[in-house]
Amino acid sequence: MIGIIRYGAGNIFSLTAALDRLGIAYGMVHTEADLEGFDRYIIPGVGHAGAAMHKLESTGLVPAIKALNKPTLGICVGMQLMTAYSEEGDASLLNIFPIKTLKFPGDTEFKVPHTGWNQVFPEKGNPLFTGIPDGSHFYYVHSYFIEYDTLYTLASTNYIHKFSASIWHNNFYGVQFHPEKSGVYGETLLKNFSNI
Amino acid sequence: MLSKRIIPCLDVKDGRTVKGVNFVDLRDAGDPVELAWNYSQQGADELVFLDITATVERRKTMVELVKAVARQINIPFTIGGGINEIADADALLNAGADKISINSAAVRNPALIDELAKAFGVQFVVIAVDTRVLNGKNIVHLNGGRLPTEKQTLDWIQEAESRGAGEILLTSMDHDGTKGGFDNGLLKQVNDAVNIPVIASGGAGAVEHFVDVFHKTNVDAALAASVFHYGEILIPDLKTILKENNIEVRV
Repeated sequence: MIGIIRYGAGNIFSLTAALDRLGIAYGMVHTEADLEGFDRYIIPGVGHAGAAMHKLESTGLVPAIKALNKPTLGICVGMQLMTAYSEEGDASLLNIFPIKTLKFPGDTEFKVPHTGWNQVFPEKGNPLFTGIPDGSHFYYVHSYFIEYDTLYTLASTNYIHKFSASIWHNNFYGVQFHPEKSGVYGETLLKNFSNI
Repeated sequence: MLSKRIIPCLDVKDGRTVKGVNFVDLRDAGDPVELAWNYSQQGADELVFLDITATVERRKTMVELVKAVARQINIPFTIGGGINEIADADALLNAGADKISINSAAVRNPALIDELAKAFGVQFVVIAVDTRVLNGKNIVHLNGGRLPTEKQTLDWIQEAESRGAGEILLTSMDHDGTKGGFDNGLLKQVNDAVNIPVIASGGAGAVEHFVDVFHKTNVDAALAASVFHYGEILIPDLKTILKENNIEVRV
């Protein structure tokens, strides 16, 4: 059963709706004691990374999250929180991944937020992308991205330049796109995570 | 590459779609959720719901609609219509809306854009602009194009961007309903002037109009209603032709 980390950043209605459609069981994690009851976790998040980190810190869950050894998936800002630093709010983050979250420059050719369906190319073999063809489209809406890193980037997308569509380190996974809004392949990815 | 988006727009009143819908295999043409599901299966990239409910219960009916859509649909959607304050937006966000679209409320109170962007992030805030040519100038209109404002369209769009709009939905009221094609001149001018995504709206009548708007203006998305609702253009056929014309689409 998936424990969804609740810390007050963004709505989770679409995520839980997707899990309901897929028949994947989940519950809510508000405190450290709640972590016990689950075999994997999702860290959701939309909005401002710096503000989200403040909210996460105020739950007291930070040390426990960093110490997790069960599969843990960060989505969008939830993924960015797992990096060391974000330019959004000049914020120090969880540092599970020692890489940075940076701002897209943005111009009339490459609009920011990066909004819409872009192609995702897995760079490593990993069960998270089982059954998802290379170059499948996923839905993005974000102004900040995680830098490409040969060690941690699990899948990449190209917008202005290559960035981390997905990251992976031990039991920690992150996706910048929104699997809950990304059609059937998004649902496949959530299903894959529930089986890791 | 980032795909150009095709967006059907549904008008909703009291939780039911209005305007005729002519899908052959639809059990209930007035059910926005069934219609939305149908569009998502056809390959629509995103949906816009425009709620024209005018009763005091409007927020409640909008929230119910948004929840019903979010439960069933696996693509993003925007809801617009009568969103006047942070509390409206907050209720819709928590019900599962990906974006909200603001029109008149932003014109009347531009600071609302700043407040919404600060509260929810720019990615949540779509500014819808209805424009019509008046004495040779593109002027922002309210009330479905009936009420001209003092604002020039490009100026207002640039102001909205600087205040925190994350996307512009630009409808040419001169082209809307004509089925004669999008207002490519204005759309190019706007698209070249902002760094946020632009959705073209108003005038779609044929597949070539979509090819034209992407080739001539490079906007990020194109929105239409009746050509999709009446089955005059099928989304899979449209995307095939866009692809043949070297326009990046999700198929």
